[in-house]
Amino acid sequence: MTEPSVASASRWSSPALQARLRRRHRSECVFRWVGIGAIASAVAVLALLLGSIATNGVSAFRQTQVRLDILFDRDVIGDLTALPTVEREDAIRRADFGALIRGALSARFPDVKSRSGVRALQSLTSAGARSQVRDMLLADHNLVGRTVATWVPADDEVDLLQKGTTTRDLPESARRLTDAQIGWIDGLDDEGRIRTTFNTLFFTSGDSREPELAGIYGAVTGSFLTLIVTLALAFPLGVAAAVHLEEFAPKSRWTTVIEVNINNLAAVPSIVFGLLGLAVFLGFLHMPRSAPIVGGATLGLMTLPTIIIVARAAIRAVPPSIREAARGLGASPLQVVAHHVLPLAMPGILTGTIIGMARALGETAPLLMIGMVAFIVDVPGSFTDAATALPVQVFLWADSPERGFIEKTSGAILVLLAFLVLMNAAAIGLRQKLETRW
Amino acid sequence: MRKGRCVGSVVVAAMMMLWATSATARDQIRIVGSSTVYPFSTVVAEEFGRTTSFKTPIVESTGTGGGMKLFCGGVGEDHADISNASRRIKLSEVELCASNGVTDITEVMIGFDGIVLASSTKAKPTALTLRHIFLALAKEIPAPNGDLVPNPNQTWRDVDPSLPDVKIEVLGPPPTSGTRDAFNELALEGGCKTFPGLEALKEVDKNAYRATCRSVREDGAYIEAGENDNLIVQKLSANPNALGVFGYSFLDQNADTVQGNTVDGVAPSFENIASGAYPISRSLYIYIKNAHATSIPGIREFTAEFTSEKAYGEYGYLADKGLIPAPKNQRDKYRADALGSKQLRLAAQD
Repeated sequence: MTEPSVASASRWSSPALQARLRRRHRSECVFRWVGIGAIASAVAVLALLLGSIATNGVSAFRQTQVRLDILFDRDVIGDLTALPTVEREDAIRRADFGALIRGALSARFPDVKSRSGVRALQSLTSAGARSQVRDMLLADHNLVGRTVATWVPADDEVDLLQKGTTTRDLPESARRLTDAQIGWIDGLDDEGRIRTTFNTLFFTSGDSREPELAGIYGAVTGSFLTLIVTLALAFPLGVAAAVHLEEFAPKSRWTTVIEVNINNLAAVPSIVFGLLGLAVFLGFLHMPRSAPIVGGATLGLMTLPTIIIVARAAIRAVPPSIREAARGLGASPLQVVAHHVLPLAMPGILTGTIIGMARALGETAPLLMIGMVAFIVDVPGSFTDAATALPVQVFLWADSPERGFIEKTSGAILVLLAFLVLMNAAAIGLRQKLETRW
Repeated sequence: MRKGRCVGSVVVAAMMMLWATSATARDQIRIVGSSTVYPFSTVVAEEFGRTTSFKTPIVESTGTGGGMKLFCGGVGEDHADISNASRRIKLSEVELCASNGVTDITEVMIGFDGIVLASSTKAKPTALTLRHIFLALAKEIPAPNGDLVPNPNQTWRDVDPSLPDVKIEVLGPPPTSGTRDAFNELALEGGCKTFPGLEALKEVDKNAYRATCRSVREDGAYIEAGENDNLIVQKLSANPNALGVFGYSFLDQNADTVQGNTVDGVAPSFENIASGAYPISRSLYIYIKNAHATSIPGIREFTAEFTSEKAYGEYGYLADKGLIPAPKNQRDKYRADALGSKQLRLAAQD
């Protein structure tokens, strides 16, 4: 009894074994640190990525505005009271609101007389100022002849100057703003006529070629409509296919072939689905180009294999005893599936679906083929209106020459990431809340 | 019975989905084509949407060739109304159009785009010539004895003793880009023509001449930096020795970080490109499908807006975005063409 232990003790204490033990401990330690190092570098890269996007992007949520005392000049707009009510709107739309803004700025800077000077002065305000003033008048026709103080968006160059993105110490020729313009901006700023405030336009407007007016609302709506179609198509089809394959289909050569094909489809590059969508939905079915219904259907086809695979795994995880018990109590095959298997498998199916949808949300390549990579200003109102999607908006802005789009690009990425985090958090939450353990 | 009803309801649902998509008529102009013209078309589209009661046109950036394919696909709601092009329409494209029933096209030249060879403002500006560009970037160059040899030049000093002793590194667009086509044609071929031997080759073997004069070296001196010109601008600031090839509007917007180098002694400035003094500049076009003018609302008004002086004129808003306006007589001519829906004639094709 004691012999072996003595023998082993002597063996463990032998120098050769001690050395081997040290070596083993050392490699254990190295192994652990390699793992920690890998995680640390991954975290560092992620932090760098997010940090650079966030530092570039947060300023997109703020916007510089200029307060102007707009005189709704009767000479510019015309006498609205003389017109019947139905014609007033057309008269307002025809009016030159640029003249009203020039007037307001000239009243503040009466020394600026030359044509180019007035143009330079007007270019401090955004092109959106005109439509904003027009909308004020459309809302209240009685403004004619009165002076109203209002905040209008500043030009993107002014915006970047106020945010400190462009520096003042460059030579004038290398700057987009002249010395005179910077002087005017400082003059307005000293009077409290310039403020930097929360950028509501970024969240409420569609795309624009003016960085200060560009917003993500159109893209978010487009993504939302597209994902609804994707979900409506891929979820029922995917779950039905999975239920049939798992519960009803006989295990034959055919089901094996189908299974292999579904697994392969899940790995097909997304651009292939774009080409399929172009050929089938646009070429054969003549659906409208750039529409969320086509984009959603294309992305639905792309997500379908993922959902089938996930749903099959979830259904397979439901223990056979549940099915057998239900059958034993006289439930029909449909009742077994609908009342017992599917509800129990649902958390897993939903988690997989949400992750599939998150992938669809971040997809641009298939949308390129069906015309959703486009400049679309109007916010889509239905599944057949032309629309774009959030990642597409990021792509389009990143390609724009104007400096102001750099922060908008990062801002849009932040919004996209927020949506992805929300969706993934929902997936995790669902799994933890609903998951049953056997 | 039950099975029949089940299949029936599935079919009805599928048909309703199809019906829902095909019922509405298009009331929005659709524009496709060149990514170089895209920044200008979109600005006009936005202004048009803002100031008229028509919907804002949809502008897709598909590249000139891809746009022409869509544009020439046929007549009807499924096909684009206007095509942007960073070069003139090709004979083959006009034939494709005609074979699909698109015969009545109006051509409008909207202005010029200069292709700049820029470097970081941290670098010393270099005075280049077309000949330098050819010697630095062509795949094969003539050796002193006149034979073509693979380009041996590694530094700019190898190209010309007057140039700095730095490695040749040029960041530019990939072959799929219209900018690259124009660069090959105007810059490389322009430099190629300065060699009498190669000029003579044109008469003998046109294909060999083209292959020699328009082929860019593939040994790493010319770096394909993708279609995104902003990326090239950023890479230039990081590497003061490199040159970048991109459109004038990006130089205009980034004058604080990059500078354009002179070519044949001419700086790539607004005035020099407009006057035609700067050698690497090309014309930009839009093509309008007249058959759609009656069925899609706003096409006439849109082209009128595009060709108005406040848009493509000398002080128009497109000039603010970096488009170089055409001379006054050309603008007037194309405005008249656009308003009169003048049909494109192939006789002018070279």
